Amino acid sequence: MDSVDNKSAFRIPHSALIRWLLKPAVFLAGLGPVAWLIWAALTNNLSANPLEDLTHETGVWTLRFLCVTLSITPLRRLTGWNALIRFRRMTGLFAFFYGVVHFLRYVWFTVFFDLQKITDDVLKRPFITVGFLAFVLMIPLAITSTKKWISRLGGKRWQFLHKAIYVTGILGVIHYIWRVKSDIQNPLTYAILLTLLLGYRLWHKFRTVPVVR
Amino acid sequence: MREFIRAAAITGAAGAAGLLGAEALVEAKGAPHGRKLASIKKGFALNASDKVNAWEDITSYNNYYEFGTDKSDPAEMARNFKTEPWTVTVDGECNKKGVMNLEDVLKGETLEERVYRHRCVEAWSMIIPWVGFPLANFIKRCEPTSKAKYVEFYTLYDAKQMPGTRVPVLRWPYFEGLRMDEAMHPLTILVAGLYDEVLPNQDGAPLRLAVPWKYGFKHIKSIVKVRFVERQPLNTWQQQAPDEYGFYANVNPGVDHPRWSQNTERRIGEFLRRKTVMFNGYGDQVASLYTGLDLRRNY
Repeated sequence: MDSVDNKSAFRIPHSALIRWLLKPAVFLAGLGPVAWLIWAALTNNLSANPLEDLTHETGVWTLRFLCVTLSITPLRRLTGWNALIRFRRMTGLFAFFYGVVHFLRYVWFTVFFDLQKITDDVLKRPFITVGFLAFVLMIPLAITSTKKWISRLGGKRWQFLHKAIYVTGILGVIHYIWRVKSDIQNPLTYAILLTLLLGYRLWHKFRTVPVVR
Repeated sequence: MREFIRAAAITGAAGAAGLLGAEALVEAKGAPHGRKLASIKKGFALNASDKVNAWEDITSYNNYYEFGTDKSDPAEMARNFKTEPWTVTVDGECNKKGVMNLEDVLKGETLEERVYRHRCVEAWSMIIPWVGFPLANFIKRCEPTSKAKYVEFYTLYDAKQMPGTRVPVLRWPYFEGLRMDEAMHPLTILVAGLYDEVLPNQDGAPLRLAVPWKYGFKHIKSIVKVRFVERQPLNTWQQQAPDEYGFYANVNPGVDHPRWSQNTERRIGEFLRRKTVMFNGYGDQVASLYTGLDLRRNY
């Protein structure tokens, strides 16, 4: 009865396509930066200061995955392709993953697990303060990213909690802007991207508010 | 299938973005080898005893914003930088004002190898076998007057050759300054070579400064002008962020950069961090220049 039926003999169900093909593909793509870093390290393609490269790459990829995650809702609304939502947890967890590596790089190779130094940095240096906060805010989101936690918290509360990603995004961009010495072109790119992504939400929210006369 | 194409497009775009990011870091490392310099005096008594950093390190990891703000940019963007002919303008409180050819600047000077510790304000360091001669020799030839209390240096500003200067990340041209006694100190040298070869472009060819007890940004590159002045000058980074960079910029583990500790440093090629030493280990030679000066305030 459906017009596609006549060629549907080999049609893969939509959800299976996502689960068995698209999700693994996105997962592999998410590991791309790791693969590249390993390859570059093995082939002497990092700079003379590989630890700095590691910091930079993982930091930037955290921001990139935050932006990808934040673009899913706008894209879903604009394209009407609702299945996009099924990738959101994965991209969010990739943001967290790169954030963890970024943070561990600092803890391990900058301060060598010295708790006093970490405390000093977090309290004294604004760019570290905001970066640290951005990271810490991601932890509860990563923990409560499972279906179990959604039902445990209830959809409304879960959604409210996960709005913390907006704060992480903003703090992450501020962290990047404050870190660079004078050339803020790259951090500014992310600032603009984030403004668009969060701005869209604001616009959408107020657009849909019914006008009461 | 529409969904598949859409998702494939997104995944593809993400992958391409990854590759682009990767491409930015993959570059030929280091400078090609240049002309050998002749009759270099060796065996300077204060040569650093640590392992000298490789040519590839010193010529692939550079802060030289005129050629871009990434460490790898200068190696790529300065490849065709023209350093011949080159002139140095001498100006200000001195008797020998004028324009000198580089050959005349170098004429009569004995080039000497100086293996210096080089400490960047960003808390990394290298051991570098510079080839140069004392700045004092050059200054004496300029015959500064009694009014000359400080020396200013200027880097070339040529937007055609220096793509980094088309972006206002700093106020161009880059300039620096030294107090006269710092400039006349025997450790302060004008550098014309590296590893017995002509100085590679990304390291500040054809003529740069080395002041080993100060942070790297004082070591101004590609000098085109020297000016003697009476009042303490500013410098580019102080102008940019006065709370973070001062006039003196002496290596000092006790005075943190506001955004990071200066207490330790990462020697390029090492994974653990080293303790940073006051005056970068040249305290016996230079500490007396600063008696009575509050180095916490004069950072």
